[in-house]
Amino acid sequence: MSMPGFAHLLDRLLYTPQRNGKLRLLADHFRAAPDPARGWALAALTGTLDLKTAKPALVRELTAQRVDPVLFGWSYDYVGDLAETVALIWPERPGANRAPDLGEVVEGLNAATRREVPELLERWLDALDATGRWGLLKLITGGLRVGVSARLAKTALAEFGGRDVAEIEELWHGLAPPYESLFAWLEGRGPVPALDAAAAFRPLMLANPLEDQEVAQLQVLDYCAEWKWDGIRVQLVGRDGQRRLFSRTGDDIGGAFPDVVAAMAHEAVLDGELLVVRDGQVAPFNDLQQRLGRKTVTAKMLADYPAHVRVYDLLFEGTEDLRELPFVERRRRLEAWMARTKPDRMDLSELLDFETLDELKALRESARENAIEGLMLKRADSPYLAGRPKGPWYKWKRDALLLDCVLMYAQRGHGKRSSFYSDFTFGAWRRADDGSNELVPVGKAYFGFTDQELKLLDKWVRDHTVERYGPVRAVEAGLVLEIAFDAVHPSTRHKSGLAMRFPRVHRIRWDKPAHEADRVETLERLVERPVEAAAR
Amino acid sequence: MTAPHPETWLEVRPKGLYCKPGQFYVDPAWPVERAVVTHGHADHARPNNRAVLATPETLAIMRARYRETAGGALEPLAYGEKREVNGVTVSFAPAGHVLGSAQAVLEYKGSRVVISGDYKRREDPTCAPFEPVPCDVFVTEATFGLPVFRHPPSEGEVAKLLDSRRLFPERTHVVGVYALGKAQRVIALLRRAGYDRPIWIHGALQQLCDLYRDQGVELGELRAATAANKAEMAGKIVLAPPSAIADRWARRLADPVTAMASGWMRVRQRAKQRGVELPLIISDHADWDELTQTLEDVGAPEVWVTHGSEEALVHYAGQRGFRARALALIGRGEEEQEAGAPAPDAAAAGELFAR
Ligand SMILES: [Zn+2]
Ligand SMILES: [Zn+2]
Repeated sequence: MSMPGFAHLLDRLLYTPQRNGKLRLLADHFRAAPDPARGWALAALTGTLDLKTAKPALVRELTAQRVDPVLFGWSYDYVGDLAETVALIWPERPGANRAPDLGEVVEGLNAATRREVPELLERWLDALDATGRWGLLKLITGGLRVGVSARLAKTALAEFGGRDVAEIEELWHGLAPPYESLFAWLEGRGPVPALDAAAAFRPLMLANPLEDQEVAQLQVLDYCAEWKWDGIRVQLVGRDGQRRLFSRTGDDIGGAFPDVVAAMAHEAVLDGELLVVRDGQVAPFNDLQQRLGRKTVTAKMLADYPAHVRVYDLLFEGTEDLRELPFVERRRRLEAWMARTKPDRMDLSELLDFETLDELKALRESARENAIEGLMLKRADSPYLAGRPKGPWYKWKRDALLLDCVLMYAQRGHGKRSSFYSDFTFGAWRRADDGSNELVPVGKAYFGFTDQELKLLDKWVRDHTVERYGPVRAVEAGLVLEIAFDAVHPSTRHKSGLAMRFPRVHRIRWDKPAHEADRVETLERLVERPVEAAAR
Repeated sequence: MTAPHPETWLEVRPKGLYCKPGQFYVDPAWPVERAVVTHGHADHARPNNRAVLATPETLAIMRARYRETAGGALEPLAYGEKREVNGVTVSFAPAGHVLGSAQAVLEYKGSRVVISGDYKRREDPTCAPFEPVPCDVFVTEATFGLPVFRHPPSEGEVAKLLDSRRLFPERTHVVGVYALGKAQRVIALLRRAGYDRPIWIHGALQQLCDLYRDQGVELGELRAATAANKAEMAGKIVLAPPSAIADRWARRLADPVTAMASGWMRVRQRAKQRGVELPLIISDHADWDELTQTLEDVGAPEVWVTHGSEEALVHYAGQRGFRARALALIGRGEEEQEAGAPAPDAAAAGELFAR
């Protein structure tokens, strides 16, 4: 596939809001594009492409040699994005060169010296059309930002090859771009790619939510229970002296957590929850968030937000694969292993005591602290299975927090919902400086209920609009929405100083007058506070 | 005797560009005694003028849209014919914008001005191509008067639509189009690309599609989208005014892919703000390259620039050695507003419904 082909894929992905639409575009691309270009595309989308990047300043400089500065200035003001402005304004030289393919761009850039990069870039810009130039510039200035996660790209790959995404995850970290052996296998032309066994990621076993109607039938004595901690699931792999810390999706996040990696002096594969723990206390998720998504961390970050792993499971001990063993057997091995190795920055997830369903319910109710999301229930005899098998593991979240908020803004949805107002910003009351009551936004959610309710809500929005800004309407303070959310924490990004975690519209309170909705102070009282881990 | 400079016999008045000796306006924004109208778009052709001089096609469009308020005396003047109006010779040259669109060529005592109205230079199966007319002053639009606006070949844009339909055969592809010109051009381009299935159209497009057909433009089989149900609309291509797509009307469509055919779709941020899923860069206005090429082709020593990014084109023309200035015309570029059209703000509405 040519660079223009890849750029057109990026272009369509950018505009396609629905997950299914993106999956189809990706799968179609994997089908239509040849090797190795499709593999480079996959690498670009999953963040495994190691590419020499160019600074925006260089791109500007090249453009300044070609374009009148006054016209460029006006155009940049109008478009607002440098890569896009340059892509559009670059004067074409039809027939100047053959458009490069993606592999050529990757190999060309990586083989070029710093001094050769400008000339190379200029030649490619001359040969490409506007969309091709845009794709090229996005690629080399870093950050495609087309709304595709690595997980989504792998899911598309799985659909394309008629495989389970877990199979791809299992292979993923043993493979490198441009993934020709992977495509050959997916197309039935080759064997399963040989896995570089050292320190590879093993796909996680995930739990299904326990539905309300399933609670009564639960055979409680078949299950073990643990707290469900509000951190992120991780896998700690120590193999042949290599140490890797993987996220749930198999991304190596070791760079952001050198303190944890340093503590991994083991030959084993562990499953656990990554948390920030200070003096034995689990900090709110917000603290952990400070360290996520970074390539490196400062000494100050390490000191202020010390990371810790609460260990749930043992998948490999040395080279021995324990995943076929029942949970209780793995647990016994894990306890022995922990007692023997005593790793730093790690402790064992507690197994909870209960005899009856009522006792289990009581445990769940008692989990009011915000660092605990609820309970994990694991069948005593369950082997460790990749993916989310139905039955062996459940997560039983504690009840959500609720707040009555007032609808403030509504925005049209996407795809099927593009003609409906289905994204809502809502607020709570607060005392304004002049002593009057004012609404401040406290969150944003979309509506997940019946079509009938969606229609009523849509009509209400249309009938009570006070102002429009593009696809957004401001509405009268007249409708109360009951918002469910998992937690709330302080935030400097929000006007109210608070941010909800996982807010969703729980119920429309047609009956409730807006002035009776909740106040910001009520929300403040629900802010997360650290819990005493040792006390549990 | 030297010819009088056009500045002495043409001036901008509150109602629009006025020809003093001829005692008529060109594309006036409010009703006047005598109007010369370049084409049927609502920001150029207004109702209720006492007398209107325009091409026969433009008059047909005005009659269809305004009925009894189309104007008093409607005088047709075909391309290439001449008419004396109070000592000023008026003729029309094709502008390539929409059916019947014309450049108004005014001659007075040996001095010639061409008022191009709206125009484009690329080929369009639904109207006559633009003809450059040498003149002393060329009056040009500048809707896409920034060098970031370079419309790609429209064949490629139509191919994008057909490719999306292949990929999402269970969804309706609904294309937002301006009712006059764009709708018919998109249909004609689809036909040329070999798409021979029925094309479904919103009721607001019916009348003008009929009119184009009466004028001999082939559009193939069109069906009213009004009568359709959801299941039937899977895999279909539907054309509708942009306002209808954002509205409840669109609920009859099967999980629609929202496309929009407009030159504004070139800029991603704008297209994304509009919730467009499939932007099609198809425009009836000249892009930057066409505007600048036209200045060279016409070769007028002086250029007056009307609606759009005047300052950029004036800047460019000045650098190329033309005398150039901006003409502030009121009400131009502000688009036809259909009833119920969401009008978030004037600028954004202008974009969506423009062209
Ligand atoms: Zn027009
Ligand atoms: Zn116009």
